[in-house]
Amino acid sequence: MDILLGLLVNVLEEGLIYGVMAMGVYITYKILDFPDLSVDGSFPMGACVTAVLITAGVNPWLACIGSFVCGAVAGCVTGLLHVKLHISDLLSGILVMTGLYSINLLITGGQATMQFYNQNTIFTSGPAALLPEAVKSYRVIIVALIAVVIVKVLLDLYLKTKSGLLLRAAGSNAQYVVSLGRDPGKMKIIGLAIGNGCAALSGGLLSQQTETANIASGTGMVVMALASVIIGTSLFRRVKFIKATCAVVLGAILYKACLVIAMQLGLPTNLLKLLMAVLFTVALVSNNLVSKRRKKQYVDPVQR
Amino acid sequence: MSIPSSAERAQHNLVSMQHIYKTFNPDTVSEVTVFQDFNLDIPRGQFVSVIGSNGSGKTTMLNLLCGSIPIDMGAIYLGGKTLKGLKEYQRAGKIGRVFQDPSRGTCPELTILENMALADNKGKVFGLGRGVNRRRMDEYRTQLERLKLGLEDKMDIPVGSLSGGQRQALALLISTMTPIELLILDEHTAALDPNSSATVMELTDQIVKEKNLTALMVTHNLKFAVQYGNRLLMMHQGRAVIDAADAEKEKLQMNDILEKFNTISLELGNSL
Repeated sequence: MDILLGLLVNVLEEGLIYGVMAMGVYITYKILDFPDLSVDGSFPMGACVTAVLITAGVNPWLACIGSFVCGAVAGCVTGLLHVKLHISDLLSGILVMTGLYSINLLITGGQATMQFYNQNTIFTSGPAALLPEAVKSYRVIIVALIAVVIVKVLLDLYLKTKSGLLLRAAGSNAQYVVSLGRDPGKMKIIGLAIGNGCAALSGGLLSQQTETANIASGTGMVVMALASVIIGTSLFRRVKFIKATCAVVLGAILYKACLVIAMQLGLPTNLLKLLMAVLFTVALVSNNLVSKRRKKQYVDPVQR
Repeated sequence: MSIPSSAERAQHNLVSMQHIYKTFNPDTVSEVTVFQDFNLDIPRGQFVSVIGSNGSGKTTMLNLLCGSIPIDMGAIYLGGKTLKGLKEYQRAGKIGRVFQDPSRGTCPELTILENMALADNKGKVFGLGRGVNRRRMDEYRTQLERLKLGLEDKMDIPVGSLSGGQRQALALLISTMTPIELLILDEHTAALDPNSSATVMELTDQIVKEKNLTALMVTHNLKFAVQYGNRLLMMHQGRAVIDAADAEKEKLQMNDILEKFNTISLELGNSL
């Protein structure tokens, strides 16, 4: 029973942390229809920035904001490459992802991993230190949940602002944004900035939990985030009271759970990334099947 | 009567397209020259219907005007100011455009209300203020009621689930919500069934008259071209072969136009 509880705690901790990234990728992939590969670089970037800031004695919550800002800058670069230099969406992401590998090494001063054991993190200091002794073992979940809720509420609020509506319009009909006298390219850049900011924040949170930053931690993040988004949005599409931002976090938790279950069933660690790719494929294919069937079921859900 | 100078033409007309040249795919086998020294002036307040066979340059003319495609040579003025160097989205501030494809004039993911709120904000800053201003709801509702399509009761429904006719009526409403100088109608009734197309056309005429707009309508429907507007333009191979305004247009009969159409196609047949 204890083992099961331990696993559940692990799933929730990491699922919530990766959920922040999933919300960012929801913006780029679902709203802007932009398959953004730069996430593989901005995720470890957030971890590296956080490690450097915390080692320098910066408040860990401020370090979170720092990692978000750095990720947002990386997202802007992807956007500028795509919008201003007319490089295709996939290539812009690959270029930034590759470039960020070196940038991340520069940030950590050449180290591939950077530890900051026994430093203050959001999981050990500040509000987390005030948690009663009884829930100490759940403090990571509680703090991660707080972080997720903050990001979710801010994103939901943003998507309802004028700028947010324009962002959604830019993703579904760029011509409409042009008709409104606005540049849809600019909205793409803003969306990519938010998406990569969230990815970097997620990387920063994970590094605070493990108290290490790893340059290589970005590999497979795009796949994980996209899988979370697709699982979340397709499973909870019908549930009215669950917003998309919430659904993708649930998707991330479910995805993490699948991984943990597979590991518990004895899958060798080396096959983890393969499993991630396979799970993503399954999610994609089943999503396609479901949406095909739905299209057949009703042509027009509102015209009654 | 002396020939008006370029500056005078720009000054006295809302739209002035002067000495336009446009060739697609230059220096290739698929080279097509659409315009060679094309000229068109539209005075303020005129409602121009443009007809013509496919490839006569109607839509190219609209695209050049809106900045959707670049111009080879020549100058375009709107309200006396040159449009040179302005991108499509920069020109859109003064131009409203309704497309043939009903899905292009609205955002399918957003609700009717959100679409209208966005359009209502055209020309202003799209900042972090609340996207939908609830106090404007009644105003939106009144505008939707005019369409007589029952859309006022569906304001929270995504536009993507409306029919083509409903979407096009909404697109028309949306493109004229904020003050514009020129309304461009790009075969905007072509994709609709006869009933919806008559409704949308009637609505177009109402809005143009009421807001005193200058309008440029491309259509394949000869009846609409004859019935609506106060100037009729028939294009052929990048030139206006009929250009009749006001009284002259009134006299123009459907038969005259059909005859012209037939002569043109005969000419084409002979030359081939």
